[in-house]
Order: sequence, then C-alpha cells, then structure tokens
Amino acid sequence: MDFANFLIQLLNSLQYGLLLFMLAAGLTLIFGIMGVVNLAHGSFYMLGAYLAWFLVGQFDSLVLAIVLGTVIAVALGWLLEWSLFRHFYHRDHLDQVLLTFGLIYIFEEVRSILWGDDVHAVQVPEVLNWSIPLTENLSYPIYRLVMSGVCIALALGLYLLISKTRLGMKIRAGAFNREMTESLGINIRLIHGVVFALGVALAAIAGMIASPIASVYPGMGSSVLIMCFVVVVIGGIGSVRGALVAALLVGLVDTFGKVLVPQIAGMAVYMLMAAVLLYKPEGLFKQ
Amino acid sequence: MNSRRFVLTRGAALIGAASSGILLPRWAQAQTSNLRVGLMLPFTGTFAQPGIAVENGFRLALAQNGGKLGGREVEFFKVDDESNPAKGIENATRLVMRDKVDVLVGSVHSGVQMGIHKVARDTGVLNIIPNAGVHVATRAQCAPNVFRTSFTNAQPTLALGKAMVDRGHKKAVWITWNYAAGDEAFEGFEKSYTEAGGTIIKKLGLPFPNVEFQSLLTEIASYKPDAVACFFAGGGAAKFLRDYAAAGLNKTIPLYGSGFLTEGVLDAAGEAAEGVLTTLHYSDSLDIPRNKQFRLDYVKAFKAQPDVYAVQGYDAGLLLVKGANAVKGDLSNKPALYAALEGATIDSPRGKWTMSKAHNPIQDIYLRQVVNKDNKVIGIAQKAVADPATGCRMG
Amino acid sequence: MSSPKAQLEKLPRSIQAILVLGAIALAAFPLIPVTGSDFYLQMLSQMMILAIFAMSLDLLQGVTGLVSLGHAAYFGLAGYALAFLTPADTPISLWWALPASALGAGLAALVIGFFLVRTHGIYFIMVTMAFAQMVFFLFFDNKALGGSDGVYVNFRPTASVFGWSGIDLENKTTFFYFTLLLLVLVYAFLRRLLFSPFGRVLAGIRVNEHRMRAVGFGTFGYKLTAFTLAGALAGVAGFLWAAQTGYVNPELMGFHMSAHAIMMVILGGMGNFAGAIVGAFAFEYVMHFFKDLTKHWQLLMGTFIVLVVVLAPRGLLGLVQRFASPKERP
Repeated sequence: MDFANFLIQLLNSLQYGLLLFMLAAGLTLIFGIMGVVNLAHGSFYMLGAYLAWFLVGQFDSLVLAIVLGTVIAVALGWLLEWSLFRHFYHRDHLDQVLLTFGLIYIFEEVRSILWGDDVHAVQVPEVLNWSIPLTENLSYPIYRLVMSGVCIALALGLYLLISKTRLGMKIRAGAFNREMTESLGINIRLIHGVVFALGVALAAIAGMIASPIASVYPGMGSSVLIMCFVVVVIGGIGSVRGALVAALLVGLVDTFGKVLVPQIAGMAVYMLMAAVLLYKPEGLFKQ
Repeated sequence: MNSRRFVLTRGAALIGAASSGILLPRWAQAQTSNLRVGLMLPFTGTFAQPGIAVENGFRLALAQNGGKLGGREVEFFKVDDESNPAKGIENATRLVMRDKVDVLVGSVHSGVQMGIHKVARDTGVLNIIPNAGVHVATRAQCAPNVFRTSFTNAQPTLALGKAMVDRGHKKAVWITWNYAAGDEAFEGFEKSYTEAGGTIIKKLGLPFPNVEFQSLLTEIASYKPDAVACFFAGGGAAKFLRDYAAAGLNKTIPLYGSGFLTEGVLDAAGEAAEGVLTTLHYSDSLDIPRNKQFRLDYVKAFKAQPDVYAVQGYDAGLLLVKGANAVKGDLSNKPALYAALEGATIDSPRGKWTMSKAHNPIQDIYLRQVVNKDNKVIGIAQKAVADPATGCRMG
Repeated sequence: MSSPKAQLEKLPRSIQAILVLGAIALAAFPLIPVTGSDFYLQMLSQMMILAIFAMSLDLLQGVTGLVSLGHAAYFGLAGYALAFLTPADTPISLWWALPASALGAGLAALVIGFFLVRTHGIYFIMVTMAFAQMVFFLFFDNKALGGSDGVYVNFRPTASVFGWSGIDLENKTTFFYFTLLLLVLVYAFLRRLLFSPFGRVLAGIRVNEHRMRAVGFGTFGYKLTAFTLAGALAGVAGFLWAAQTGYVNPELMGFHMSAHAIMMVILGGMGNFAGAIVGAFAFEYVMHFFKDLTKHWQLLMGTFIVLVVVLAPRGLLGLVQRFASPKERP
C-alpha cells in the first residue's frame, strides 16, 4: 500500500467512524443517563432512513425531509419514553432487553406494512452530487465529506450541550445521583424524556443523513445495531467522548482489516473489543 | 381455593382448550383427492419480496393450466421460513409430516435450502427449488426427488468470463461477500474467465453483510484493472453500484457482474448503474413473445411487475403441471413422475430450457446492459449453459 | 440499576403438580395413536431440547444474575462438534460424542468466560453478545468450518457399545424418550445444585455481589464456574439438536437464538428451572401458533413479548403462583 492509498484509506476510516459515532452517541446517552438497554436502537436508524425516503418523495428536498424527520423522531422518542420506557428505568436490564427486543419485531412489521419490503434509494441532493478526484481513477464523493462534517458538528453540539449548558448540567447531575437532583427541585422526569428523545433523534438523523449513501432496505437496522454496541462497549457506557474515540477506532479496524486481513475481517472488530476489555473492563473512558 | 382444586380446575380448562383443536394435531381427513402443495418461502425479512414473487409466479402457472394438477384440486400449505437456516428443518418437517404435502416448493435462501434438502432426501418428498442456488443440491447431494427451476450460483458467472474477454478486458479484479453464494459465484467466474484467456489479478472479499465498500473501492483503484467483476444482491448491490459510481470508478473501470447485481435494485441505484453489464438467465426486457405474454398476464393478475424470481416460480409451476399431468395426479408413481420431470422442456418466459441429469436447468445466459434503469438484453452470453454437477451420481 | 428480585425457588404444590402432570403427559404421548404423530414427536423433542437450553441459561441468568445475550454460542459449538466428529460413512458413538461435545462447549465457555466475567452489568450483557457474534463470524466466514451454508451431520450417533446394539436413536420414539430422560436428569441435577452450598453462593451473588465478596467469597471464580457449567449444559442441548435435525448452521450460534433463549426463561419465570421448561414450551407453541395464523405474525410476537414483560414480570409460573397459593409468596 503506497502512501497516497494509505491516506485515502485513512479518510475512509474517518468517515465511517464519524457515522458510527453519530449512531452510537444516542445509544450511549440513553445507557449512561438512564441505564436503559435499548436493542431497538437499530430500528430507529432504519426508521430515519425510511422517513428520509418517504419525505423526500413527498417534498423533493433532503434538507426539508431531515428537518421534518427530526421532528417526527423526537416526537416518537418522547412518546415511547412516556408510555413505555419510563416504567422500565428501575427494572432489570433483562426486562429492558426483552422489551426492546419485542419492539424490534413490532417496528419491523410496521415498516413492512407501511412501506413494503423493496429496496429504495434516497438521491443525493444535486448541489452535493459530485466528486473530488483523488487519483487518476478514484474520486471521493463530496456528500461523504459533508456527511462527516455534519457528524463533527453534531459531536461538537452534543459536547457543548452536555458540558456547557444548564440542561447539560442537569442531565449530568441526574445521571450521577437521581434522588439528590430531584430533591434540588429539578424535574428529572422531564430530563429523562429529553435525553431519550435526543437519543432516538440522533439515531434517526444518522439514518436520514446516511440514507443517500446507504440505500434503504429491510434489515438495515440489525447490522448497525451490533456495531453500535461494540462502539459503546469499547468507549465506555455513558461517555460521549468514549463513543467518539471508539467509533474512530472501529472505523480504522474495519477499513484496514478488510484490506490487510480479509480472512478475519469479520471478527477483527470483536477482537479489538476483546483486547480493550482485557485492559479496561469498563471501556476506555469509564464514566 | 386450595392448590389441589386449582390444579384440577385449571387442568380441566387446559384439556378443554386442547380439544378445541388448537393444541391437538389435525386429525387426518378422509383421504381427499386434493393434491397438497407446500410453499416454504420467506414472507418476512430481507427476502420477502422474492418470496412473494415466487409464490405469485407459481400460482399463475397453475391458474393458466386449469388450476388443477393432473386433474386433482390443489390445496396450498404455506410456511414462512424467515430465511432462517436454523429453522429450515423444522419448517420443512412441518409441511412434510404434519401437513403431509405431496410436493414441497421452496426456498429462496441457500442456508434454508440445506435444511429442506435434508428433509427431502430423508423423506423422499418431491422438492422443487424455485430459487436457492446452493451447489450441493444438484451436485454432490443430488437426489432423484429434487428438481431446480432456477440456477446454480455458478451458472450466471460461467457465462460472464468470455463476454469480458471478448470486450478486451483481460485483467480483472473480483469482489464479493465472503460467504457461500459469493464463493460459488466466483467458481463460475474463475473457470470461464481463465478459460477465455483472462487473468484475475486480485480477488477481494468482505464479510457478509458488511456494506462498507469504500476501503475496497480504494484498493480496486490502486490495482488499475481493465474491469471489475462482482457478485452482490439486494440492498448491498444497490449500495455497491452507487458507491462505485460516486468514487468515479465507472468512468475508467467498467463494472460487470452476475445478474443479481442489477435485479430489483435499478430504481434505487439510479444513474449509477448505467452501462453496467451483467449475465443472467433472464431479463425483464427480454424481447420474446413468451416473455411479453407472461409479463402482461402477471401484471393483470398481481398489479405488479414480475422479475426473475417470479419467472422461476412460474417455471416451478409449469414443471409440476407437466409432472402431475404425466402421472394423472398420482404423485406416488415416482418412476413415471421423475421421468416426466427429467424429460421436460419448459417453455419459460426466459426461453425454452431443459432439465439436466442432475436436475438443474440447462439454459441460455443472456448478456444485459443497464440502459435507462432497465436491463436491456444485448445478446446471448452463452447458450445452453449447464452446471458442472460435480459429484452427482445420477444419470 | 437492577434490583434483586425475590424469586420463586421452592416450588409450591401447584407448580410441582403441573410439572409432574407434564412429565407424565410427555412420557405417555408416543403411546397415543395420533395421525402425523411423527411430526409431533419431533416437535416435542425439539421443545424439550430447547427446554434444556433454557435451563442452562436459567442457571446463569436466573440464579447467578448474569444476563447473557450470547449463550447460543455454546449451544451451536456443541452442535458443530458433533457434525465435525461424525465421520462421512459411519455414525459416531453416543457415549463419547455427547460428553466430548458438552465438554467442548464448556471449555469454550471457560475461555470466553474468563474474558467476560470480569465485566459487570450492562457491559457484561453487551460483551456476551459481541463474543457470540465473533464465534458466529468465525464459522460463517470460513469455508473450512462449513461457511454460511452450514454442515450436515451425516449420521445420528449410535448407542451401541461392545457389540450390544443398545438403543436405536434413529427411531424417533427412542430419541424422544432419550431426550426426555436427559431433560429430567438435567432438571434434577440443577435443582440439586440450586440448594447446594454452591448454588446458594450463586444466588447470593445475584442478590448482592459486593456483600458476598465482603464476606470472603471469590465471586469471580464462582461466576466463571457457573458460566462454564451453563455453557456445558447448553452444549448438551446443542448436541441433541444437531443429532435430531442432522444439520448445523452458524445461525444456531446467532443473536436471535440467544435472544429466544432469554425470552423463554423470562416467559416461564426465572431462577427455578421449572420456569425455563414451561417458558420453552410456551414460547415455541405461541410462535408456531402465530405463524400459522397470519403473515404478520412478527407483530403479534412482538406485542406478546412486550405484554409479558409489562404484565408478568415473574413469568408464567409467577402468575400461576400468584393465583394458586397467595399465602406461599416468598
């Protein structure tokens, strides 16, 4: 592999890692703040993708679709939290696993009934539909760069929200000690609703933004779910910073793994996770 | 209420429920004259769409031939195999042993087919495979009661190699998923490409169902081949086509593939698929009267466009009709039944084809090019392609 | 954030009666002349095998409190062991294939558990899933191990020893009784274990691990032992599954298989092994029922699971116990 190739592969890892981060950030937030295991997280990603396809079909604008889709996702997240998840914070992780597994079945079926089982695509917006030539025969699509930019912006936004705003302060306090925070007069229920909706929205936004690249098809949720879990485990539950570092690591291992060691590329990411856990059983950035 | 009384009352309720027929097995009806057809297909999940298409095609064939098989009324039994190989045997057993089907039509997914195949070999039930291309079913593990109306994974690519070399593309990179179907497609490609004089400069693979192609596309570019040949299907194929074009590779390195690369995904792939050449035993735009008629009939019946899966299901129906008619509905007359099925020439929308000794179609493979979101047939890549049937000891 | 649930351990009379009735019904089943009985024999055999699998998970989950999303890995590994041990032209002897497969699965559990048991809570759940995926991909991606199409088990194991032909496992009824025997043996063994000193320590770990450590127990060792034992017992179930179906595929080690096992254990009621058996039968039955009913069975299944979690947190046996003997609540 020559140097130019290496740099391009590095770019590929970065882009994949950033997308994974956006997906995993929502999962780690919900885990870390509310202690809820949510297996249906992949379904929200799928929901975002299908929403993007459907809304772009209606309004012919990806930006509008993303805005609308975000609103819908937030509303759905809020509704789910209020009706179901709220009652499960104190329950066993086991019950949460089971509940969210049941939800996966339901979401899959609803998707099938609403939107069918075909493969769909979301078109890249015209203005972004071109590529930068990198070598004589390889170009890099601008949309992927934009997508990475959006992921970085979201990461920054999340960081600012959590560490620099009052809301973020309350969220962190609530995660640290729920009873104390409540006794200080802070509406923990509201906070939890916000965090949950945020987590769902992040997954859905990831689905929407990635949809022009990813294609929209049944089963797209389960493949990302496991990667998300791996990222969250490596990074440390509840740590957004950890999710970022872990996602970038996974991006590296996945990208270079496929090129350098294709025989074990499927297992490579899990081996990375095993190695991390040997040294730090609670992830890289334990909360 | 003490526990003893509880057990007795609850126990009585349970027995009551059992006798309502839900818990108890279905008692045999008096031996009816109905011919029982079992459909084991995916009706949910990633392969739901092909599953539905197969069933539609099959039913159309029956309907067009009087709706009966060998003079007998047809009764359908359906099982959703969810494309889950772990349940293949269980689902097939259900149809064969509980519902006592006379013929089992299924399935789409090769892992599931392995399960069906075992049940078919153990019980001797007639099995018609309407899609799964797994090699062993008509090779080392071929069986007199198993017939396929679709393809083996190697067949489409067996016709690909020469087409590429004829166009001057003598150095190629191959890419696919590292799983059985990908390996088997490669087998066909390797044979045909090297025999025609081509060189495979690199064989790339990624774990199934990983669809992050960027790193391997970068690799492909660095090898600077004359062309790229691949096997992908479904959502992954759509993504690969789009990623390939977005990376600008389609401008300098032509893309070829086994036909599934462009089946059912052209709407999703859009512009990115323009010009891609593939080989397959069928194309929606195949311009022969038989296909045109079939497509009209299918649209009329199901208000949807048929695809290769529908054709395969249709042919399964045609095959069964031939067999059943030859034995006048008596499927237990196995020698005559098998002879009729083996000797059948199917007048299919894909063109006429015959059954090989290993019970797989011997069929023409078409060369298609994507023009305006359509797989336009630009010629026959190879006539009468037969699967090598390595290890099959029949005939 | 998990709270130790007061669990049903000593079974009330009503539940004991149900178990006995169930066992008698199973034993008597092959004697009833029922059409298509071959199918039902196989179906019930399969449910019994899954019940053994569920019980092995209950040891881990219900008794020790370790939620594993990757338990199917050991189930599948034992199945593959049988597939690879069976030669192409003759059956293999049951007497050493069964222990070998179970031990193999147990060994894998020991090795993997060594990594996993050092994690806690949510981490443990997620790493179990990830490791099972690793095993899954190991088999799925490698043609040498059968690849994505799986491997056939060429012959069912034979029970012949020293010339005596023993029981014929090819006979469906014989296999049914053999499976029933193993089910009863595993159940009895686990019940004994539950009330033994070892079992009491495990239960203590579930309730409060810190306290157990403070009192002086080496919890890591106990958890690892439980993990290994659960893996070996899952291996027994996996061996039977491969012997019965004659086919193994990486999906047997997959996420869905593990998730189904968890659901069976929860559905029935955790921590007493009887619940695992009831849950396995109930879950399989409900799934078959829904699949027969409609194409949209996934919706029904998902709703069913959600309802169970919301309404019956102690599972079916918990419900039975609540209605049958309210005074006997622990």
